[in-house]
Amino acid sequence: MYDTPNLENKVVTNETKISARGCQVYYGDTHAIKDVDVDIEDKTVTAFIGPSGCGKSTFLRCLNRMNDTIDVCRVEGDITLDGEDIYDPKVDPVQLRAKVGMVFQKPNPFPKSIYDNIAYGPRIHGLAKNKADLDDIVEKSLRRGAIWDEVKDRLDAPGTGLSGGQQQRLCIARAVATEPEVLLMDEPCSALDPIATAQVEELIDELRQDYSVVIVTHSMQQAARVSQKTAFFHLGNLVEYGETGQIFTNPQDPRTESYITGRIG
Amino acid sequence: MTDATANSSPEGAGKASSILVPDERTRKRNAAEARFRLYGLIAVGIGVLCVIALLVSIVFNGVGAFQQTGYTLQIEFKEEVLDKSGNRDLEEIKTVKTFAYKPLLREAVLREIQARGIDTPLAEAKVKGFSSELDNLFSDGAVGNLRNAVLANPDLIGQTVELRILASSRVDGYLKGRVTRESIARDKNLDAVHLDLVDALRDEGVVSKGFNLAFITGPDASDARPEQAGMGVAMLGSFFMMLVVLGLSLPIGVAASIYLEEFAKQSRLTDLIEVNISNLAAVPSIVFGILGLAVFIQFAHLPQSAPLVGGLVLTLMTLPTIIISTRASLKAVPPSIRDAALGVGASKMQAVFHHVLPLAMPGILTGTIIGLAQALGETAPLLLIGMVGYIASNYPGSVAEGFLAPNSAMPAQIFEWAKRADPAFYERAWGGIIILLGFLLTMNIIAIILRRRFERRW
Repeated sequence: MYDTPNLENKVVTNETKISARGCQVYYGDTHAIKDVDVDIEDKTVTAFIGPSGCGKSTFLRCLNRMNDTIDVCRVEGDITLDGEDIYDPKVDPVQLRAKVGMVFQKPNPFPKSIYDNIAYGPRIHGLAKNKADLDDIVEKSLRRGAIWDEVKDRLDAPGTGLSGGQQQRLCIARAVATEPEVLLMDEPCSALDPIATAQVEELIDELRQDYSVVIVTHSMQQAARVSQKTAFFHLGNLVEYGETGQIFTNPQDPRTESYITGRIG
Repeated sequence: MTDATANSSPEGAGKASSILVPDERTRKRNAAEARFRLYGLIAVGIGVLCVIALLVSIVFNGVGAFQQTGYTLQIEFKEEVLDKSGNRDLEEIKTVKTFAYKPLLREAVLREIQARGIDTPLAEAKVKGFSSELDNLFSDGAVGNLRNAVLANPDLIGQTVELRILASSRVDGYLKGRVTRESIARDKNLDAVHLDLVDALRDEGVVSKGFNLAFITGPDASDARPEQAGMGVAMLGSFFMMLVVLGLSLPIGVAASIYLEEFAKQSRLTDLIEVNISNLAAVPSIVFGILGLAVFIQFAHLPQSAPLVGGLVLTLMTLPTIIISTRASLKAVPPSIRDAALGVGASKMQAVFHHVLPLAMPGILTGTIIGLAQALGETAPLLLIGMVGYIASNYPGSVAEGFLAPNSAMPAQIFEWAKRADPAFYERAWGGIIILLGFLLTMNIIAIILRRRFERRW
């Protein structure tokens, strides 16, 4: 029933990168995430699917503590990165976010040049010793973002002048420039046309070589195409989590089945 | 649609309506729209007319202040009067009072009368003595100017030099049309004989109007010498006040709004602060004046009439404006930019200073300049701290004096002139308003330029 259900995705069990146990999130009085347990593996693309408002983006933002910026948001339970509790009072969220990069739903390049967009992260983290180093990082990141060929002649042009798809790839390049270990993507393709989407999906597949990628998506086809593991959220609960092939062909929970066949959502 | 069809053609229920004929509802709607446009046009027109009337009246009344009447005379600086011993000792020259310079002026004008063969009873006027009928032609300050010129350059003594001598305000008014022969009928300073002489001298080119630089750069003068009064010292007072306002309200205002907008958690306290800042912006400025009087002068014992105190009071007044506009422009920066910065691991402060603040800059600058412009034109609080009524006749000697020595400010100076009895001061008040408006216009243009320059797309 899907165009290219990627059931052949190789399932290799990798070590766990991020692990959540009994995770609860409250927005004021609203209980947004209810008791979520999940293990996200290294060098794997994990997709979060589910109907709007089910909490998948909220949970994603817990993984690099972006929810800290929302005053009324409260997180309980344990989330660990490589076995270290990321909500430990000793953890500096800024340091955490350097390790866990994020790409947002709407392309949001800084209103600066393409070069400065990429160079900003390495600069504030002191990753480059000199200008040549920085140039290297920028080129490498833009290549990883699969956008180097399109922008190499106009690195001084404003990042906001690129097309939507290019902007999103620029944002991905910006996220990888700080050498994160995990890349969180919040509906990265929702503002893109099918061609740009295909380019970004290809890119995600390549990024899997080095990173643990977590992607939130509304498109079940996309989840099926790019991910190895899929988690289905519904009304704040993690209903089912497993191999992508298994979720899409043989869901264990009736709610999952209803959702992927289009009956709820 | 169906309603309209039913209303417009009750007789033919089955007839389809044509889009070529507007139905009744459409006609009503179009008429309402046309009426509204007309109201709008009338409102805009009234506004434009008011502005034009204002500008025309200001320019018409005030432009005279930028011209001043003067005599071009050959002044002979007689050595036997000014330096009897002939040794050019400055201390000795200083002992010669302005009174001794009066005959020099009288002689010079009599020489012109004779040389040009002007027939006037004043040709017989006396040269020596405490007063002469010729004195009314000149400004009271003219002799003082001569003495200052000699003290500045003692070499003038013994020479005959062509100088421009300030005319009295009555003569000035006569040339500008403010004083007429009817209006001087009961004037004991000037009579028709004087005016005949002025007419003759004008025909000869001895009396003429010239650009009045002294009005822009010069100090204020006492009630008797409107022709000498200038804006310069009050302008410096305003300048030092604006330095205080800018130096205090910009950093405090921007820091406060960044903290409130970006860092502070939403709580009752911040809500309370927010409401209070909004209320503060609506407090009448005279309230800030009396607060300044109580706190800065009576409690802190800062000097009265000082631009420092004026600046502090105006800072209180400007802060809410700056905070409100800064917060508005910070709010206008899309949150996605903050997310982007935090997402690559910037700290909150880095996100604000590297990304949010540059984007908010045009708004902050515009708000600041508008706040400053408001402060520049503010008069009421200055009343209470003694900057109105002070005669700003001395330039500040140093920067410290500029802040601490008594001074006036531009709007206070205008108010002061408007209060005085002599109509010549009234003209100066309008002229002062032109200068003040010039400054405000310049500041607004700077605001626009800065906004254009810093504006970026996102």
